[in-house]
Amino acid sequence: MELTSQHFLALAPLLITSATAVVVMLAIAWRRNHSMTFLLSCAGLNLALLSILPVLKVTPLSVTTLLQVDNFACLYMALILIATLACVTLAHAYLGESVEGAGYPGNREELYLLIILAAAGGLVLVMAQHLSTLFIGLELLSVPTYGLIAYAFFDKRSLEGGIKYMVLSAAGSAFLLFGMALVYADAGSLSFSAIGSVLAATGQPSSLAQLGLSMMLVGLAFKLSLVPFHLWTPDVYEGAPAPVAAFLATASKVAVFAVVVRLFQLSPLTSSGMVYTVLAVIAVLSILVGNLLAVLQSNIKRLLGYSSIAHFGYLLIALVASKGLAVEAIGVYLATYVLTSLGAFGVITLMSSPYHGRDADALFEYRGLFWRRPYLTAVLTVMMLSLAGIPLTAGFIGKFYVIATGVESQLWWLVGALVIGSAIGVFYYLRVMVTLYLREADIPRRDAPLKWEQRAGGVMLLAVAILAFVLGVYPQPLIDLVQHAGLHPMG
Amino acid sequence: MILPWLILIPFIGGLLCWLGERGAATLPRWIALLTMTLEFALGLWLWATGDYTLAPAPGAAPHWAVEFHVGWIQRFGISIHLALDGLSLLMVLLTGLLGMLSVLCSWKEIQRHVGFFHLNLMWILGGVVGVFLAVDMFLFFFFWEMMLVPMYFLIALWGHSSADGKRTRIYAATKFFIFTQASGLIMLVAILGLVLVHYNQTGILTFSYGELLKAQLPAGTEFVLMLGFFVAFAVKLPVVPVHSWLPDAHAQAPTAGSVDLAGILLKTAAYGLLRFALPLFPHASAEFAPVAMTLGLIGIFYGAFLAFAQTDIKRLIAYSSVSHMGFVLIAIYSGSQLALQGAVVQMLAHGVSAAALFILSGQLYERLHTRDMREMGGLWARIPYLPAISLFFAAASLGLPGTGNFVGEFLILLGSFKATPWISAIATSGLVFGSVYSLIMIHRAYFGPAKATSVLPGMDGREMTMILGLAVLLVWLGLYPQPFLDTSSATISGVQHWFSTAFTQLASAR
Repeated sequence: MELTSQHFLALAPLLITSATAVVVMLAIAWRRNHSMTFLLSCAGLNLALLSILPVLKVTPLSVTTLLQVDNFACLYMALILIATLACVTLAHAYLGESVEGAGYPGNREELYLLIILAAAGGLVLVMAQHLSTLFIGLELLSVPTYGLIAYAFFDKRSLEGGIKYMVLSAAGSAFLLFGMALVYADAGSLSFSAIGSVLAATGQPSSLAQLGLSMMLVGLAFKLSLVPFHLWTPDVYEGAPAPVAAFLATASKVAVFAVVVRLFQLSPLTSSGMVYTVLAVIAVLSILVGNLLAVLQSNIKRLLGYSSIAHFGYLLIALVASKGLAVEAIGVYLATYVLTSLGAFGVITLMSSPYHGRDADALFEYRGLFWRRPYLTAVLTVMMLSLAGIPLTAGFIGKFYVIATGVESQLWWLVGALVIGSAIGVFYYLRVMVTLYLREADIPRRDAPLKWEQRAGGVMLLAVAILAFVLGVYPQPLIDLVQHAGLHPMG
Repeated sequence: MILPWLILIPFIGGLLCWLGERGAATLPRWIALLTMTLEFALGLWLWATGDYTLAPAPGAAPHWAVEFHVGWIQRFGISIHLALDGLSLLMVLLTGLLGMLSVLCSWKEIQRHVGFFHLNLMWILGGVVGVFLAVDMFLFFFFWEMMLVPMYFLIALWGHSSADGKRTRIYAATKFFIFTQASGLIMLVAILGLVLVHYNQTGILTFSYGELLKAQLPAGTEFVLMLGFFVAFAVKLPVVPVHSWLPDAHAQAPTAGSVDLAGILLKTAAYGLLRFALPLFPHASAEFAPVAMTLGLIGIFYGAFLAFAQTDIKRLIAYSSVSHMGFVLIAIYSGSQLALQGAVVQMLAHGVSAAALFILSGQLYERLHTRDMREMGGLWARIPYLPAISLFFAAASLGLPGTGNFVGEFLILLGSFKATPWISAIATSGLVFGSVYSLIMIHRAYFGPAKATSVLPGMDGREMTMILGLAVLLVWLGLYPQPFLDTSSATISGVQHWFSTAFTQLASAR
């Protein structure tokens, strides 16, 4: 297959992101300068984001049999790039602005390099239409993440989190590879659509293919931290520096979920039979276990970790339904979830900025925050309500979509689990929320720096909060956007 | 254009209160009072000028006195559709009135974070007005859930923990939130089910109440969907097996919170049953009526017995609400025009009398710093006026002729007697227990040996005006309820038509 300029245009976001990684690396080699690295990364990511606009004119387009650039990929690329940009601005505030001032004591610049590399991996993933690109993308996403989690390596918890993530992620990858091999043995092809048509030809997938698909599911469930493969999540979220945790919760998970959706949409039979049952069971377990364990947490990062397990459980409901509203629901839900998680981790990041040891992640450190930092608290309140799915916030629209999908496909057990899960969820989100407003206790406290809202991270955070509110009140633009990004199986 | 303003005024007023906190400490109170007065005045103006002889009825597109309609989320056929008829007008008036009172009664009680308190108070009222006006199912649910958040804050931040420390205010607030939120989600599932059934029949995706009324539901589906709605309303009303949030929330809430909870929030459930559950699912409701009425009966007695056993004066009033709402539930499912009209009067009268009792117990608390009736006793001699006025409202609560509660209960019992004589007869005996707990409350708190001899401060002008105003209103409702009955009659006869048709069909089928 010959690559034309159109193909290169279609790959522009990926190419620009990769080029940014190279430029940032060279810049670091030439002269260490925190602000310059930050500006370069921002410029590159913004450029990549803007390049999606011209890409929309040439979609849908297959770039070799490996990558498929369509509106679906564009939507998720945009989501990943926006999330990465937000994490980068947060990281800038977190590491400390100047070398002389307070902040992160080690080398600051490599963090940006790692984040950009991981983002490039995410871009590959959402375009993948072939098991090999799926694997390459996944590894490109995961390997820099080990470094990111352990970036504050002089903190024991960060190092522990990094190693834990590395070991478990490698185990997940092994499962994934083995599963792929089994599927290949049965279908004789690695491309999503070919697998789909081969499986469809035989009617019910053979037990070999089903086993392979289940093992692939295990590998992907590791990355999505679905129960029972969730054990790493709370520790890693707790150990990772706050901006990195934000990246893990948003960009990384969105990319993996997008590729799962594409796989199941392009080869529908992959989610039939045993795999279907397994998915439904995992969904119910994730919702219940995630929410129940979150109730017990007094560390806000761990709490958000468990809550993300539950949220991906909700998302699985749409995946199990996989028809009608499902793809649209997933798009809307992921968009609102990314927004909300960014907001929540953003507040934690600003509370812990600039870096000085452990992050401010114990719930008691947030006691009475409202009376000291009212706007920052308002942001976190909106985010908690959004996570709980209360009207007037973006999260409600997402939850509404998922329930609509569940009812449409008559998945009563899953809808029931969602209702119960939400009721449990409300309990701990409210606990966080009310803590913010309680009277202050006499304990040494940490606060976001004064005038936090006048810096890049703060501006981003306020924008996220306003967007979460506006989308909750008037979601039509988001729905239009996601509807355009429907997934059409190509022949 | 007036309907969106009815909703927006409290929201904007609430924001202004918050901003006004930076100025004088009393500024938020005045802004809030002004906001609610404006709301109430708008309601009165609508009452004076509107024509409420038209209301939704079977067989035709719904008529409304005032309507407002703009598109919102086209993807699902959701629009911002507000409409007003006699029933919603009465509820909005009640909201405006109790809103003013809840600002007034917290004038001295709330001293911390005054601006934020009034922000929450105003937003609750805005959400409640939204519930009363919304005729798009999505919008209705939107407001239904939204009003929980400020109520949660109100209880959690300004409430009182119980003296023994067992029940904290945060516990009460969280319990309230989880109960209503979970049941609300069940209603959302039912709403979506209804919408999708309608969509499969007609190919039109819409959340509009007027359109959904026309949906032809298979019997089994209708029953399940009706149950989804009923669960949400039953929790809020509250019906007995799912009532346990109510005493905690009431007892722990600040006075203004209790006034809003008992006076208005409980009424949203009865309103929801009348507006949505009955007209949308008449056949299933007719089939379900015996069960619902039995639940109502259980509520009457259970509420009365537990009220009698309480030592906390606010918990006592809370359980009395459970008992009174039992009457409303029986009336709603009796299918008689008279009983339904009685339910409307009972809602108004209970709103006023329960609010007054909560305000009075709030005033007692400000003087004695306890709500425990074991520590009261002999107050008749120690506080001028207050005990006598309490006696009046306790008498109203037990249904003394001359007060609105009597009219409401009398109409309910009379109306339901024809169709279900046994239930009526048993419910009537519940009134006896009503007298018992009302009088025992007065006896424990105000009579008996005094615990101290010091004279406590009497009621000031603000307190006196509030309470006397409510007393006058209650007597008006008791002596001349006709204007209220006229206003709601069109709506009620519509509801009754839907329901009685279903009843006759059910009877002939058996």
